[in-house]
Amino acid sequence: MNSGDTAWMLMSSALVLFMTPGLAFFYGGMVRAKNTLGMLMKNYVAMGLVTVTWIVVGYTLAFGTDLGGGMLGGLDYLGLKGVAIDIAKGEQAGAIHGATVPDAVIMVFQMMFAIITPALISGAIAERMKFSAWAVFIAIWSIVVYAPVAHWVWSAHGFIFEHIKAVDFAGGTVVHINAGAAALAAVLIIGPRLGFRQSPIRPHSLPLTLLGAGMLWFGWFGFNGGSSFGANALAVNAFIVTQIAAGVAGTAWLLMEQFQHGKPTTLGFASGAVAGLVAITPAAGFVGYLAAVAIGVAAGVVCYLALQIKFALNFDDALDVVAVHLVGGILGSLLTGVFSESRINPSVLDGLFFGGGSTQLIRQTIAVVVAFGFSFIISFVLLKLVDAVIGLRITEAEERRGLDISLHEEQSYALTE
Amino acid sequence: MKLVIAYINPYKLDEVRDALKEAGVSGLTAANVEGFGRQAGHVETYRGSEYEVDMVPKVRIEVLTDDTLLPIIISTIERTARTGAIGDGKIAVLPVEDVIRIRTGERGREAV
Repeated sequence: MNSGDTAWMLMSSALVLFMTPGLAFFYGGMVRAKNTLGMLMKNYVAMGLVTVTWIVVGYTLAFGTDLGGGMLGGLDYLGLKGVAIDIAKGEQAGAIHGATVPDAVIMVFQMMFAIITPALISGAIAERMKFSAWAVFIAIWSIVVYAPVAHWVWSAHGFIFEHIKAVDFAGGTVVHINAGAAALAAVLIIGPRLGFRQSPIRPHSLPLTLLGAGMLWFGWFGFNGGSSFGANALAVNAFIVTQIAAGVAGTAWLLMEQFQHGKPTTLGFASGAVAGLVAITPAAGFVGYLAAVAIGVAAGVVCYLALQIKFALNFDDALDVVAVHLVGGILGSLLTGVFSESRINPSVLDGLFFGGGSTQLIRQTIAVVVAFGFSFIISFVLLKLVDAVIGLRITEAEERRGLDISLHEEQSYALTE
Repeated sequence: MKLVIAYINPYKLDEVRDALKEAGVSGLTAANVEGFGRQAGHVETYRGSEYEVDMVPKVRIEVLTDDTLLPIIISTIERTARTGAIGDGKIAVLPVEDVIRIRTGERGREAV
């Protein structure tokens, strides 16, 4: 056990956890005042439910001994059996993950990813989904969708990692495409909010949204920097390209707004920065600084243009999870195959831009298609089941009254005191 | 006794309040409000979606006064809140039947 690496990984785990409250406020500011607590709650509850599903069965399905074909982990670590630190010895060998930190540290680091991924979906179904249906959905989703995809991509014998040989440094497929595809399935099933495209549905507090975006940006240094599994040169690279892509993408988004509407907006900067963070996520351990600039520009421009998808196809992806996370995740995963450099990380081929041909790009494309297809189909079926048993949607009267009162009997902004 | 209600531009509040104080007004109440009038609204853009917003932010001030001070109050608000552009607002004057100071129980002119 390396104490420096362990310190960084514990810190990174805390940073990644901090992103879920960040996401809650990023989303919470974008909904109407009457739905603020309902929005925050759908994110915060993931910190409760997925902690439980992860320790009981999620971790072992993702990182247990492969059952065959790289499809799913076995139940050897059910209930975290065998993952505990041996206090008497003062350390635990990294037998499962082969890292320089105890396996338990990687287990808890990965737990934070399992928590934020279903939380990302909540932006799509904002302002109209039942709390009970949401809780059941994300608990099951974290087991039947998240854990398998994490196994394919991040387990040593996962088929995307071992056979397709696609790379995903910190979660372009596992986190962003996965959540984005589920978000798309969710909006198709749950339908638009009352008044969608008829009356203005404006963000109630952009300061909250900017605060949340700042928390996300801060936490992302653990998300990407920690995915090196140590305090090493790769962590430094991931840390720096994360900053570059976020800053560039936020700026690129502002320029798009300036050209198209004549006014740069705070929501635009926050959205662009998050799009940049999403896009650099799969690439952070494989690309250099200038590639991060290119990825940032691409994220700012492409995700901005992708906002129009929901109007073209007429679905109410309330807070643009598809445009930012699905499109941003696909973009980043593919651009990893364009800008990857073996001099930065020997575990990857040189990308298209660095003379490695299209091999890595083709591998990345397969991973994108597989992750999208699997998540979309299973999420669709799961949501249909939850809809049949519990019902996904609150009543029209509840929706008009707002989630805060209807679902939680609380208020965000009381008139007095 | 009268209740003067004035709808003014938010950025004029400090100026109007200071001038009223100087004119001898002993208290007023102000609130942020939104409304529409002849002044056109504006277009807000959120993630590329444009919303026509015709409600414009204003400040509503309320002043309770006895009849002697009324003309000074009206002329003071008119003078300080006016810019000459559309959206300067309106002043309404309402008759008041009674005023009660809650702390002392004083009524009528004494309570203003």
